[in-house]
Amino acid sequence: MTDVTSTDATTTPWTTIPSPNQPFAPAHPAQPHRGVPGGVGTSARRPDGIPKVKGEFAYSSDLWAEGMLHGATVRSPHPYARIVSIDTSVAKSMDGVRAVLVADDVPGAKVYGMEHDDQPVLAWDVVRYHGESVAIVAAEDPETARRAADAVVVSYQELDPIVDPEFAISGDAPELHEGTGNITRHVKIRHGEQDVSAPVVVTGRYEMGMQDQAFLGPESGMVLPGVDGGVDIFVATQWMHVDRGQVAKCLGLPEDQVRITLAGVGGAFGAREDLSMQVHASMLALHTNRPVRMVYSREESFFGHVHRHPAWMEYEHGATEEGDLVYVKVRVLLDGGAYTSSSTAVAGNAGRFSIGPYECPNATIDSIVAYTNNPPCGAMRGFGAVQVALGHEAQMDKLAAKLGMDPVDLRIRNAMSQGSVMPTGQVVHNPAPVRELLEAVRDAPHRELPVVGERDVIDIRQLPGGAANSTHGEDVRRGVGYGVGFKNVGFAEGFDDYSTARVTLSRGAEGPIVSVHHAASEVGQGLVTICMQIARTELPVGPAIVLPADTQVGSAGSSSASRQTYMTGGAVKQSCELVRSELLDRAAGHVGVARAGLRLADDGTIRNAADGILLDDVTELLSTPIEIEREFRHRETFPMDPERGQGDADVQFAFAAHRAVVDVDAGLGIVRVLDMATAQDVGKAMNPQQLEGQIEGGTSHGVGLALMEEIQVVGGKVRNPSFTDYLIPTVLDMPTVQMTIMELGDPEAPYGVRGVGEPPSISSTPAIAAAVRDATGVAITRVPIRPDDIVFGA
Amino acid sequence: MDFLQPTSLSEALAMKAERPDATPIQGGTDLMVDINFDRARPSATIDLNRVPELMDIEHVGSDVWVGAGVPYLRIMRELQSDAPGLCMAARTVGSPQIRARGTLGGNLGTASPAGDTLPLLVAIGATAEVASSERGRREIPVRNFIIRPRHSALESDELIVRVRVPKARGPQQFGKVGQRNAMVISIASFGLAFDLDQRAVGTGIGSAGPVILDAPEANAHVAEVFSTEGLWDSAAPLPDGVAKRFGELVGQAASPIDDVRGTARYRRHALSVLAARSLKWAWNEHRETTKGTRA
Repeated sequence: MTDVTSTDATTTPWTTIPSPNQPFAPAHPAQPHRGVPGGVGTSARRPDGIPKVKGEFAYSSDLWAEGMLHGATVRSPHPYARIVSIDTSVAKSMDGVRAVLVADDVPGAKVYGMEHDDQPVLAWDVVRYHGESVAIVAAEDPETARRAADAVVVSYQELDPIVDPEFAISGDAPELHEGTGNITRHVKIRHGEQDVSAPVVVTGRYEMGMQDQAFLGPESGMVLPGVDGGVDIFVATQWMHVDRGQVAKCLGLPEDQVRITLAGVGGAFGAREDLSMQVHASMLALHTNRPVRMVYSREESFFGHVHRHPAWMEYEHGATEEGDLVYVKVRVLLDGGAYTSSSTAVAGNAGRFSIGPYECPNATIDSIVAYTNNPPCGAMRGFGAVQVALGHEAQMDKLAAKLGMDPVDLRIRNAMSQGSVMPTGQVVHNPAPVRELLEAVRDAPHRELPVVGERDVIDIRQLPGGAANSTHGEDVRRGVGYGVGFKNVGFAEGFDDYSTARVTLSRGAEGPIVSVHHAASEVGQGLVTICMQIARTELPVGPAIVLPADTQVGSAGSSSASRQTYMTGGAVKQSCELVRSELLDRAAGHVGVARAGLRLADDGTIRNAADGILLDDVTELLSTPIEIEREFRHRETFPMDPERGQGDADVQFAFAAHRAVVDVDAGLGIVRVLDMATAQDVGKAMNPQQLEGQIEGGTSHGVGLALMEEIQVVGGKVRNPSFTDYLIPTVLDMPTVQMTIMELGDPEAPYGVRGVGEPPSISSTPAIAAAVRDATGVAITRVPIRPDDIVFGA
Repeated sequence: MDFLQPTSLSEALAMKAERPDATPIQGGTDLMVDINFDRARPSATIDLNRVPELMDIEHVGSDVWVGAGVPYLRIMRELQSDAPGLCMAARTVGSPQIRARGTLGGNLGTASPAGDTLPLLVAIGATAEVASSERGRREIPVRNFIIRPRHSALESDELIVRVRVPKARGPQQFGKVGQRNAMVISIASFGLAFDLDQRAVGTGIGSAGPVILDAPEANAHVAEVFSTEGLWDSAAPLPDGVAKRFGELVGQAASPIDDVRGTARYRRHALSVLAARSLKWAWNEHRETTKGTRA
């Protein structure tokens, strides 16, 4: 059964949230939610909210066990070097040191990886990036562990690092991974005619720096050695089951001897998809037979996870004089760094979404990801779509300028809609309101934003630079820019993507209780709350609780790809429905009536077809609990063929648009984003308050990428591994965000939902870049935009 | 690590003489970061938070003596009329939390060319009074306080006691350039002070050299033009080109490098822009305030 209704064409199923944000009140909800308190569609309060605000929430770095040891990691100071020798004797002899382990001590497979097993648990023979793990230490206290790590003497023979991805794949560079030519993946998409010309042509080259997820809770966790020779791992991660597979392989243990429980996660954004300390702490725990905790420092954290792929993009757009796209040619080069991580999937996305949410009959797309000796890159919010959005949106502005058209009009003219065909040949089968999103941000009210003249200073804090007192209005120019973007929700290209939920309805001391058990990671996005809301809505018979996530239940897939509300939400809904069905079976049997027509009402009573109350309390039906565990799958996807990239690779698409208003101090190249208007189709606003948080958070990631967030890598070395020099927006850098939230339900998705986490991080960055171009006339082709780029017109 | 907690200045100086290896700690906004990042493992620290002598702000003649332990927040609140430029500089430090903890003595002691208050202290000719238990007190001009990045003129048995801040004798300005609107280490910073009594201009340049620099040629240029044009008496508008030339000379006085926060080229440019703007702001402010009295 489904309660998804089709969109009523006569009403506008969206609502605009003015800034400052006011309580969400959908004028015309597409799918009216049922009247269950705290149910789907309400801003139900999250159980972790108050503890987090009060500083009482236990994060993975707060774990503690009696007799616990502390781990530390020896890391390579070189981006590329031969390991000549490793001398652990001094470290081992230090007081309080209980273990010093190297690659030879890895009990099982010595390499791991999400897509390819190519990353050493501990490097031997060669290190391929700055910060690669070489040895691990366990000691009685963290300081001793760190000192012992410093005392491990690794003798290196430095090699010339390959740091330019273009050189890496040129054929002239030595191979970092044998037989690859340093090409991790080359995605080719050939759509329509390949030799086609057009009267109006614009070309451009664009570049994106390496962004970091910059979560606040560093990599951390604790491992307890099990009595069975296995391990119990408590860790902040995004996908426990894939962690488990990799850890078991590296430890040489069967999977059932690796038990993982999710510890408190302080943000993820893709950075916790790959392993960090899981195998290391497990090795130390098994070796010492003691609990071992590892907590990365802030600096180490910058070396402990993958980053967003830097990208170099070449575009050529051909259009008619009227502004219809004729063709797009794209070459995207991504720097994947030293190991594969999820690079192949990122390259797939960068290819499929490279022309943006537009209709174009012909496209030639090459998306290439290279191995280099730079830090490994992998998953980060937006996953490949973020990089190309900078390119396709800059190109649309450039084309509009050449045609003398309004940039929004040009976008609307070419906007994808339901039924459009992707460059992969896939038909977009669910609503694709690109035009509506663009119109919404274009027509969003402009905040009252006075242009401050030189002699009329009211408050410098409103100006670029703020209290730094760098302008009183001199050279300050206003600009407005637009961006729209899209990406897929859920895993693509034929991946068997599913989630599992176990729902138990049982009799508690005070009546029925619904407990939900799944292995999906709550990474701060609010999934626990969503699952509680679903359970309340589908089984409104008593309080709903969500049990700690662990591997004692089937896989939920990763908390990534904006997929968990769809997938684990879908799994919870499905299992709840099956529990409800069993409950009604029992009711029918208990009272001795026919099953047909019975339903569970929102007030928890069981009613008959005439809406009469059959049973007002289901407790008596629960002498034995009802428990259902099922897997939930989305529609099947298919691989892209290797030569032409054709195939129905994606499940669902999610769209967002932004309008940025900026002030730029053109004299100093300092930018202040004043206001972001955004519009997003969310299918169904499951929890409006959390939704607003996702949109604001994604927008802030986009602000950071546009203006300041970059891991600077020179010669393969990371130069700014700290929050002193890796800058993320502060509250004073964040603009107001006004939102138009559309609820065009996807009939295939539970409640009509569409993933919401990533789209805001895609369109925000190009909108800001466009606004800076508008303000200054400088052809901004690279983000983050540096003051130099504006001042010297890069 | 030994943790020493003196309760008077003389006790603190005795401890520092006995433990020259000890690192003083006051607000901890620099030292604790270094410890956290494992860049510092002091063998001993001297906690100066219980030394009352370091918390005083004293007005003596034409100077204000600001204790080394006075946090930025108090400077902003209490020195608005006597040291407006110092207040502006204090306002640019970090966040409210850091301004409540961080101190003037700490800013000096860290001896970073990016120290936010230092360019203004150089511009106004402030001095740091330091003391040792053996040799007593001496004054070091702030412009000579940093010898090279993170190394000061302080002897190993000395502590910074207070800073002599000459009371403002004309308009002052401080500005800094950073890539975000708060919580940022400056890419370049600039302090400016007019001394209307001496008919002179003072400057200080931060984050654009190994030490805090000043721009004597720029200072002299303004003083000369003002004398030639009679501006010291007339408070007339700035003649065309003065601010621009001043900016150029400040840019030339800088000795910047490329680093993780910015390029040398940009730093020089930014200082020129900031200096030219600052000169206009300061002079316009002076003209506004004197308008009534001179009419």
